[in-house]
Amino acid sequence: MGGRVRFLDLLSFAAGALRGHRLRTALSVAGVAVGISAVVALTALGEGARRYVVDQFAALGSNLLVVLPGKVETTGGAPFGGVTHDLTIDDYRAIARLQRVRRSAPLAVATDTVHFRDRGRAVPVLGTTADFAAVRRLEIGSGEFLPVGDPNQGGNEIVLGVTVAQELFRSENPLGQVVRVGPWRFRVVGVLAPRGQSLTFNMDDVVLIPVGTAMRVFNRSSLFRILVDVRMRGEMEVTKKDVERLMAERHRAEDVTVITQDALLTAFSAILNALTLALVGIASVSLAVAGVGIMNVMLVSVTERRAEIGLLKALGAQDRQVLAAFLTEAVLLATGGGVAGLALGAGAIRAFVGIYPSFPASPPAWAVASALGLSLAVGVGFGVWPARRATRLDPVAALAKR
Amino acid sequence: MIELEEVWRIFRVGEGEVHALKHVSLTIERGEHVALVGPSGSGKSTLLHIVGCLDRPTRGRYLLEGREVGTLSEEERSLIRRHRIGFVFQFFHLLPRLSALANVELPMLFAGTPPEERRERAAQALKAVGLSHRAEHRPDQLSGGERQRVAIARAVVMDPAVLLADEPTGNLDRASAGEVMELIERMNARGLTLVVVTHDPAIAGRAKRVIRMDDGAIQRSGVRGPGFEPRAASPESQGGG
Repeated sequence: MGGRVRFLDLLSFAAGALRGHRLRTALSVAGVAVGISAVVALTALGEGARRYVVDQFAALGSNLLVVLPGKVETTGGAPFGGVTHDLTIDDYRAIARLQRVRRSAPLAVATDTVHFRDRGRAVPVLGTTADFAAVRRLEIGSGEFLPVGDPNQGGNEIVLGVTVAQELFRSENPLGQVVRVGPWRFRVVGVLAPRGQSLTFNMDDVVLIPVGTAMRVFNRSSLFRILVDVRMRGEMEVTKKDVERLMAERHRAEDVTVITQDALLTAFSAILNALTLALVGIASVSLAVAGVGIMNVMLVSVTERRAEIGLLKALGAQDRQVLAAFLTEAVLLATGGGVAGLALGAGAIRAFVGIYPSFPASPPAWAVASALGLSLAVGVGFGVWPARRATRLDPVAALAKR
Repeated sequence: MIELEEVWRIFRVGEGEVHALKHVSLTIERGEHVALVGPSGSGKSTLLHIVGCLDRPTRGRYLLEGREVGTLSEEERSLIRRHRIGFVFQFFHLLPRLSALANVELPMLFAGTPPEERRERAAQALKAVGLSHRAEHRPDQLSGGERQRVAIARAVVMDPAVLLADEPTGNLDRASAGEVMELIERMNARGLTLVVVTHDPAIAGRAKRVIRMDDGAIQRSGVRGPGFEPRAASPESQGGG
């Protein structure tokens, strides 16, 4: 005399009961399916957004090191205070000569107003060298970039971001025209191609001048940054060490911070992961609603099948077996919805990618796995109470009615 | 086999109490055929439910096969119902979505019997009630008499010690009723203890002993006691078969 119901028997018994109410079953399955597909689709979008940003960073140059004056213990944040030595143009030249560095660019920054005739526009003025275009993957729309030359010398060339050019010159051709930054006069040699936001600056709304000139114009002794383009992706860490060692030698102190692009990327990635989780949280609400739907269906089922429950008890089904039978029904409803929801979500993602092919939306494996796990949990969680009601039923009373 | 000593069953109804059974003492021997009769509300169904371990006595002792079962846990009482007791109900209580065969398999399903053995035993039980040819029919495709015979097959498939029938013919025409009674009497003849609740004197008259209940107490208990002249009252019930 065995005492346990076989799992397959339980499954087919529950499936048989569900088949008895096709419409009701289909509707509650649909409820869960909507919830699960929302979870899957929204995670895919969130994950897609994360990857989109990562790709954007890669386009910026994933081999980028940034040298900042000052030493901070925390990477990824802007350092404040504690600057002991200036970051100089000579430092930049030393770094640029390092073996593992493909090219490097100094950066001095100030905000000033650029004037052309009576029009003026306050923009970030970036002082740098010819290599900046290559380091930052900038493209020239018309004219040319800053000339190659001794960075300490500095000329009077200026390159305009596309927005600056449009605002100051309207329909005129800016090439060869003279603009003023404060009392200083510059000759426009080029206009950047449209680029948009890039790391910290909107590259459409800046102007670029030779770094030597910039230091004099801004009356600065220290650079804002030195950007370093490393030859090999795999040598990022070594190169970072090289730069740190070099700077320690030159300054006789560890007073610069070198951050890799990865540090920034990690920060962005974390933010977008949080965003994805928030989306999942929102989608989970619809799952909870679906769970209540299942609970409702199971309660109706228990009420309708009082006689059946009484009979099962009279035939010797134990309370836990009755519980298992009704719980199995709820779990079948939920996992059925889970599987349907995955299919639905996959379809929605495919449709989305069809409309926006550049957006890399696809549900991560953990989302698929947890969607199924979640639907199982919904079935158990919302099925327990109705199933317990079934076991509490008095068989005498349940059998008395027809 | 079945021993009840001073059994009371008291229901709480709002503020008051209803004494469904009082002072019930009763002994039923193995292989007996007993009819429980009495008007509605006399307590005969309550008594049957207590004997069937579906209900517990409020007071008193109930021994089934020498074992005190009134105080057992619900879990253990389920096992007694599963293995020692077969139920037959007035409204058959077959699951409409299952075939006759699957309905008969049901008690074995919850006992964890392997599918092949289950099928075989259920088929045999159906054969014993003469319904092998109806095995794959669903209840709504069967006549009332056939449904009750499927229910009987289900009740005996676990080879119980006692068969408890609550108005087994209450929903049947006379011919079907006769067939059903003959069937369970045949089983009784092979040693199955039989307790039938009925208010039909013809059915009660077929029992070896009639226990008459009124107002929760046993009024009269005896072998073909006066007041029951069954063969005379319903001569046609003899011939049904």
